[in-house]
Amino acid sequence: MKNTLRQIFHSSKFVAGFIIFVGILLLLIIYPLINPGNPLEMIGVGTFAEPGTYVSVYDTVTTETETLKLPDAAVKRLGNVLKEADRQKMADWLSAMEIDVSGLDLSDTDALLAVWKENYDETARPAGMTKAERNYYKRLNASLGSLGSAGKMTVTEKDSSGEEQVVATIGTEDYVNVKDVPNTKNLVLGTDNFGRDVLKELVSAAGTSIFIGLIAGAVATVIGLLLGLLSGYLGGLVDDIIMFITNIFTVIPGFVLLILISYSIGQDKRGAPVVALVIGLTSWTWTARSVRSQVISLRNRDHVNLSRLSGHGLFRILATDILPYIASYVVMAFILQVSSGILAEAQLSLLGLGPKTTEVPTLGLMMNWAMLYSAHLNGSWWAYFPVILMITLISFSLNLMNTGLDQVFNPTLRD
Amino acid sequence: MAKVMLEVKELTTKYITRFHEDVYAVDHVSLTIEEGKSLGIAGESGCGKSTLALSLMGYYFPPLHYMSGEIIVDGKNISGMDPDTVRKNVLGSDVAYIPQAAMNALNPTRRISDFIVDVIRAHDPKADKKQIKEMAVKRFEELHLPKEALDRYAVELSGGMKQRVVIAISTILSPKVLIADEPSSALDVTSQKVVIKMLREMMDRGFIKSMIFITHELPLLYNVTDDIMVMYAGQIVERGSAKEMVFDPVHPYSRGLMRSILVPEDGTRSNKLIAIPGTPPNLKHPPEGCRFAERCKYAMPSCKYNSYPIMEFGEEGRTYRCGHSVEHLREVYANEDRQ
Amino acid sequence: MKTDNDNTSTVSLDRRRDVSQNPLCLSGKGVTRIFGSGSKQNVAVDHVDFEFREGELVSIVGESGSGKTTLSKMLLGLLPVSEGEIFFRGAPRDISTRKKKKEYWKNIQAIFQDPFSSFNVFNKIDTVLLDCINMTGGKSLPMEKKTEMMTEACSFVNLKFAELTNKYPFELSGGQMQRLMIARIFLLKPKILLADEPTSMIDACSRATILDMLLNLRDEIGMTVIFITHDIGLAYYISDTVYIMEHGKFVEHGSADEVILTPKAPYTRRLISDVPKIHEAWDLSTVE
Repeated sequence: MKNTLRQIFHSSKFVAGFIIFVGILLLLIIYPLINPGNPLEMIGVGTFAEPGTYVSVYDTVTTETETLKLPDAAVKRLGNVLKEADRQKMADWLSAMEIDVSGLDLSDTDALLAVWKENYDETARPAGMTKAERNYYKRLNASLGSLGSAGKMTVTEKDSSGEEQVVATIGTEDYVNVKDVPNTKNLVLGTDNFGRDVLKELVSAAGTSIFIGLIAGAVATVIGLLLGLLSGYLGGLVDDIIMFITNIFTVIPGFVLLILISYSIGQDKRGAPVVALVIGLTSWTWTARSVRSQVISLRNRDHVNLSRLSGHGLFRILATDILPYIASYVVMAFILQVSSGILAEAQLSLLGLGPKTTEVPTLGLMMNWAMLYSAHLNGSWWAYFPVILMITLISFSLNLMNTGLDQVFNPTLRD
Repeated sequence: MAKVMLEVKELTTKYITRFHEDVYAVDHVSLTIEEGKSLGIAGESGCGKSTLALSLMGYYFPPLHYMSGEIIVDGKNISGMDPDTVRKNVLGSDVAYIPQAAMNALNPTRRISDFIVDVIRAHDPKADKKQIKEMAVKRFEELHLPKEALDRYAVELSGGMKQRVVIAISTILSPKVLIADEPSSALDVTSQKVVIKMLREMMDRGFIKSMIFITHELPLLYNVTDDIMVMYAGQIVERGSAKEMVFDPVHPYSRGLMRSILVPEDGTRSNKLIAIPGTPPNLKHPPEGCRFAERCKYAMPSCKYNSYPIMEFGEEGRTYRCGHSVEHLREVYANEDRQ
Repeated sequence: MKTDNDNTSTVSLDRRRDVSQNPLCLSGKGVTRIFGSGSKQNVAVDHVDFEFREGELVSIVGESGSGKTTLSKMLLGLLPVSEGEIFFRGAPRDISTRKKKKEYWKNIQAIFQDPFSSFNVFNKIDTVLLDCINMTGGKSLPMEKKTEMMTEACSFVNLKFAELTNKYPFELSGGQMQRLMIARIFLLKPKILLADEPTSMIDACSRATILDMLLNLRDEIGMTVIFITHDIGLAYYISDTVYIMEHGKFVEHGSADEVILTPKAPYTRRLISDVPKIHEAWDLSTVE
C-alpha cells in the first residue's frame, strides 16, 4: 500500500494533475471565505460590466481631497471624454480642409488637440459638409474648450426645504485616495448578463459541477462495479441477463437517453442532484463491461479457487479476493466517470436541460446564459472564457491523474 | 585445436530498476565456444542465465545496460558497438537469438516468407526477392520442413512447427553463434524432441557454427549440448563436459542441481535427491564472499568473506569456483554416498 | 529473508505402499465435461473411470490440453460434471447445496501450480492460516491455542511462524509460499489432497524439499494424494499408481513401475521414449 502510494507520487503526470485539481479545490474552499454572499445575487443593473475596480462616484464627492498637480491630467481627462468616433470625425474635418493628418496618431490626444486648435475655424465651410455636420463640429469644439479649462464643478443637493445646497466644489486638481472611499468594488471578471459577479459565480459553479461530477461518477461506478462483479464472477444466466441489459444501454446513445430523461423530468424537478443522478444512470455501461472482463480473468485464479475451497461465500470472495485486485482499476474508472460527468452536465446545460436555473450556477449553465445573451457576439469574453478554462482545467487535471495512475498500474505503458 | 567461435571476456551487464538501483545480473562472465560445439547453461530462475543470453547479443536496451568486458564473435569484437550497427551487421549473420516465446512473436498478418525477406534485407537491402525465395525453399527442404509453410501465416501452423519455422528464419544467414533460450520449454515432449533434432542437424550441417542452449531442464541439456556451465547469482560456478557435469559435479551447488534430476528410467527411483534450502541472494546487494556460502553445507567460516576465482582442474576445460580443493570435495561426496 | 534453518539434506521420494486392499476413497464412472454447445462443443474430459483408494498416491500424467486440469476442477467440485458421476467413499457425491459443498471441502483440499497466484496478496499470512483453523471448527479457540497450532503447522514445513506473522505472501520466495500451502493442508487435515503441478514453478533445488514435505504430510495424516503433473519422471518417483491421460481419456493406468517400465498404450510408450533421459540413450530417430 505504502509502496503503491510512493509509486503513484513518483508519476509526474499524476502529480501534475493532482496539484491542478487540489489548486482548484482550494480556490473553491478559500474564495467564498474571502468573498462571502449569494453567488446569484444580481449586483449590477445593466448587463456585462467589464472587469475592473468600481468606485462609488457619490462617495468620492464627500471624501476628503488632496490637491495634486499632475501635468498630463488635463490631456488624460480629455482623452477619456474624447471617444474614438469623435477623434475620427476630427480627422475627417481636418482632411476635408486639406490638412495633412496622415502622420497623426489619433490615440495621441495631445498631438491631435494641438493640430485641431491650430486649424479649426467655425466659419470654414469644408466642401460637401451639411449644416447639421458643421453644427456638430461647433458643439464638439465647445466641449473641448470647457474641458480644457481649469473650471470648477459644483455639486448640490436639495435639502428638506427644497433649496439647493452646495455639497462640494470640485476642482480639476482634487484627488481622493481610493482607500478613503467607503464603497469600491473590485469585479475581477466583471458581471454577467444578469449583473452577477462572474468570479463569485464561477467559483460556486465549479463547486456545483464537481459535485455533480462526483455524484454522477459515484453512481455510475457503483452500478457498473456491482453489475460487472456479479456478471463476471457468476457467469452463466446471470451474466447473460446483465450483459443483455448492458448491451441495450450501450446501443442507445447515452447522450440521447440523457436528453430524453432530462426533458421528461421537467424543469421544476431538475435540481443539481437529480441531474447528477440522471448522468450517473446513463453512463455506467462501460464500467460494467470492463469490470466484468477483469473479473473473468481473476475468477479462475488459484487464490479464488482456494477461497472457494475454504467455504467462503459469494460476497466474501467478491469483497476480499476480487475487489482489492481491481480496486486500482475502479479508482481510475471513477476518475474518468467524474470527468465525463462534468462534461455531460455542461453539454446538457448548454442545451437548456441542466439544473433549475434559479437555484445554483453550474459551469454549463453559465455557458448557457452567456450564449443566450450573445456574450460571444458583443465581446464580453469574461462571461464565457473563464468558464471554458475552468471546465478544461478540471477535466485536464482528472485525465492527467488517470493517465498517471494507468502508467503506475500497467507497467507496459511506462516509457 | 578448433577455431574459437565465441569468446567472452569478463562480461558484466546490469539492470537499472525503476528506483535507480543497480542489479548486476551477469558478473564477470568469461567463456569460449569452439566451432561445431554447443554449450548449455543451467541454473535456477533468477541466476542470470537469460540475462547472459540477452547480453551476448551485444544489443542492449533499457533496463539492461552494458558495463564492461568483451564479446568476440569469430575474431570480431561486438561489445560496446552502437546498437544500430549491431542490429544491421551482427544480429542474424553473426549472432542469432531465439527466446522462449519466439513462436508467438510472429506478426499474424504476414506470411512466413515475408519474415525471411525481412531478415535478409536487414543485412542486404538490395537482395532480390526471387533469390531469397529460392534460398528459403532450399533451406526448408534441407531441414525437412514443408516448403508450403513459407506461404502460410503463423496462425496456420502448429506450435512445434511454428517454433521450428522461427528457428529456420532466424538462422537463414547461417550465424556463427545461435543463442537459444528455452526454445522448447513451451512445447510438448514430442515437439520438443523434433525441435532438438532439427537443432542437432543444423549444427552437423554447419548452418550454425556454435550454439548456446539455455534451459532449466537438466536431462534435456545433457542430451543436447557438448558442455554444460552452471550459473549461480550472476556468476559461473562450474563448467565441464555434459557427461562429467551430470555424473561428476564438483561444486556443491552443481551437485545439488544434478542430484535433483528426475527421469523415468528403471532403477533410478530409489536414488536419493539433494535438497538445498534457502533462496539465491538478492543481486542488488550481493554477498561479499562466495555467493553460495549462505546455502552451502560445506561452507567454511571464511567463505562468507572470501570470493573465490574460477579455477581450472583435471582434464581440459573443466573449471569450478570454490574454496575447497577438488580432491577434498570428491572425498566428502564419496563419504556421503557411502552412508 | 532467511527463515530456513534446515540444512542441505538428502531425501528419497520412494515411499511406495500397497494400497490395493484399502477402501475406495474417490472414484468416478463415465465422468465427462463438455464446454460450449452445438458445433463449438469441446469435450475436455471424455467418459473417464477411476478408483482412488484411501492413502494412495495417484499421479495423473498428461500434457497440456489433455484435460487434467479440468478433471481436477471437477474432482474438487469447482466445476460441475456434465455427465457421469463421482463417488466419495463409495457413495455418490452430493454437492448440490452450499452447505453440502462446505462439508465436502472439509474432505478434499488442493495445492495449485502457481504459488504466486495461490495467495491473496492483500491478506497477511496469518489470515491464510487462521482461516484454516476457523474452517475446521477452531473458531472459538483462544488465540494462544491458535498461535500454537499455526506455529506447529509452520514448523512442519520448516518455516518459523514468529518470523512470518504480519508478513505478506509476496515477501516470501516461491518455495516458501508452496511450503506455506502445505502448512495449510497440515491444519486442514483433509481426506484427499489434490496437488495440481505443485512443483512445476519451483526451482530444482527446492523441488525435492517440497515433495519430501508433501510425502511426509501424507504419512502424517494418511490422506489420499492426487498428483496432477506433466512430468512423467516425477510421477514415476513419487506415485503408487499412475494414470496417463490423453485428449480427455485415460489411456493407461496401473502401478508406477508397471506403467513407466512396461508401458502398453502407444501414447505412454511415445511419451516415455520422448522424454530426455540420462542413463539410457535418447533416441532422436523416433521422431520425424
